[in-house]
Amino acid sequence: MKTENTSTMQVVNSGLAKRYAKEKRFRMLGIGAVVISLLFLVILFSSIVGNGYTAFRQSVIVLDIHFDKQILDVSNLRSANYAKLVKDAMSGLFPDVTGRSDKRMLHRLVSSGAAFQLQKMIIKDPSLIGRTVEVRVPADDEVDMFIKGYIPRNVPESERRISDQQMAWIDRLVDSDRLERRFNTTFFTAGDSREPELSGIKGAVTGSFFTLLVTLVLSFPIGVAAAVYLEEFAPVNRWTDFVEVNINNLAAVPSIVFGLLGLAVFLNFFGFPRSAPLVGGMVLTLMTLPTIIIASRASLKSVPPSIREAALGIGASKLQTITHHVLPLAMPGMMTGTIIGMAQALGETAPLLMIGMVAFIVDIPGGITDPATVLPVQIYLWADSPERAFVERTSAAIMILLAFLILMNGTAVLLRRKFERRW
Amino acid sequence: MAMDTVIDMADTFGVGKQVHEQEVTKALSREDDSQTVGAPFVDAPRMVCRDVNVYYGEKQAISNVSLDVAEHEVLAMIGPSGCGKSTFLRCLNRMNDTVDICRVTGEILLDGRNIYDKSVDVVPLRAQVGMVFQKPNPFPKSIFENVAYGPKIHGLTNSRFELQDIVEDSLKKAGLWDEVSDRLDQPGTGLSGGQQQRLCIARAVAVRPEVILMDEPCSALDPIATATVEDLITELREHYTIVIVTHNMQQAARISQRTAYFHLGRLIEVNPTDQVFTNPRHRLTEDYITGRFG
Repeated sequence: MKTENTSTMQVVNSGLAKRYAKEKRFRMLGIGAVVISLLFLVILFSSIVGNGYTAFRQSVIVLDIHFDKQILDVSNLRSANYAKLVKDAMSGLFPDVTGRSDKRMLHRLVSSGAAFQLQKMIIKDPSLIGRTVEVRVPADDEVDMFIKGYIPRNVPESERRISDQQMAWIDRLVDSDRLERRFNTTFFTAGDSREPELSGIKGAVTGSFFTLLVTLVLSFPIGVAAAVYLEEFAPVNRWTDFVEVNINNLAAVPSIVFGLLGLAVFLNFFGFPRSAPLVGGMVLTLMTLPTIIIASRASLKSVPPSIREAALGIGASKLQTITHHVLPLAMPGMMTGTIIGMAQALGETAPLLMIGMVAFIVDIPGGITDPATVLPVQIYLWADSPERAFVERTSAAIMILLAFLILMNGTAVLLRRKFERRW
Repeated sequence: MAMDTVIDMADTFGVGKQVHEQEVTKALSREDDSQTVGAPFVDAPRMVCRDVNVYYGEKQAISNVSLDVAEHEVLAMIGPSGCGKSTFLRCLNRMNDTVDICRVTGEILLDGRNIYDKSVDVVPLRAQVGMVFQKPNPFPKSIFENVAYGPKIHGLTNSRFELQDIVEDSLKKAGLWDEVSDRLDQPGTGLSGGQQQRLCIARAVAVRPEVILMDEPCSALDPIATATVEDLITELREHYTIVIVTHNMQQAARISQRTAYFHLGRLIEVNPTDQVFTNPRHRLTEDYITGRFG
């Protein structure tokens, strides 16, 4: 008996090392997986931030603009030749530039948006006419790129879009403190533009906001109602099984298919406006509904049956039980699911391409039926643009998008923490 | 055939060695298999159950139970686990409706009406026949809201003052008023287990039911809280008819006037409590209360 015992212990002991080694290996693998995913995340973020942080600063040229009475002496202040004001001011800074083509090169240092800026100033305050004012106008995107060091000096002249002469002028501007770098407010207040220095994400953010608003208003009530019906009222039979299987299937359908559906049904059949957040929101509703329904059903299931019994036991009707007790308890889970669905919708591009939200839209949308684009589509558009300055703007827009996503997911986590287990 | 069942059943409860075959045979010969022993019927009953059968899908959980519940009595239902006493209790206010696969046949009459009749609405029925559950299940709301919820949904009162009176009265009946009168706005889930259970009783009482069903109300409570709840049940008997399921035979002996013994879905014996515990007439009852199985 005793010998048997010792032998058992020996066997156990001899195997122990092996068991622990296995456990250790498994733990190392797990840690390795976590480290690798974190590493990729860090690489992603640092590359985006590294590329994009410069977009938040913008080069401006300080010009002494003389609002010439003669040039502005027109019946309609809007149609005056503001570009000439800018050109005159530039020529004033560089009196030695005389040749026609040289002058054209010089004037190219200033963004074409400068004229619009002056126009706005005059329309806002006509008393400026006849006076000379110091104005900060945006520099051209190539100048901006050069200042930020994206265009190296040692590249042969033929391979860069800024000539040696322009470089010299820029140096002179910098030396005379005429070229400054300021916070890029345009990026947050303007819509899209062909000129990188005039483009901003406000149009895309507003478009995203309207689209998500439509999505939320449609998908949350529909999703919750569907979940409540399926979970609490629907009889268990083949029909509800079929519905359930299909909801799960819908969650796995590629999003571009929803775009095609939206194109065929909402645009072609119902004739809703193209490129509008209304239709975008409806398409994204189709896409997020399964997510919301599945999350809502899970959170309804997690409400303890004792609460239902308690309410039913004192004579609450089924609807009262649900609206007074089950729904309030399930709500945090439902909202979490909804926010995650919304975050998904915020990052969605493919279905929106199908319904025309990929159009180049300069104006900031004022409502859900105005043509608009959304953040991820804006990123896609900018990533597709050839100008060097759009690279940093693409990254900057990605940063904004990620910030919104993190904000939304953070809210979901907070909600869950706050309302978790109240019974 | 019938004997096999009984032996199977004995095996189920792990007492195959104790219940000898001859004894089982004796039990069967003494009473007819399908008949309930004792006095299941009373004069002027509050609730009348006749030939109640309950099925969960294919499985029969209750077979042919006929039983009366008298006015202002505490009727205790005892029996081993899985004998169907809770299932039967839940039939009395149709709580079994929530189980999709559950099917009930037979008659359960309240005020002369079959509660399983198509014309009967379960909402007023459950207001009339309240229920207290095994695990205290207060709503995750304030103590006041917990008690006030029933009167509110049934529209028993429209005025805030009356509602406060009802809440106070109910909490007093449940013996909880002195402990919580100064913190009615605190969550009901923050009370101790015994207090929670009394809160649930107050909640049931607030709707002014006629019958209160209690499904092992003390099984989750410590002895002191149990004693409080038992005293409460004795007091409540003055105003209400109480049907209580319990695992604790001493409890049944202490608080009930009549005791019904269930076994494998059948009602074996119903008699005045003291008689059941001192002189059981059925062999199965005797075996159960003497602790030979269960």
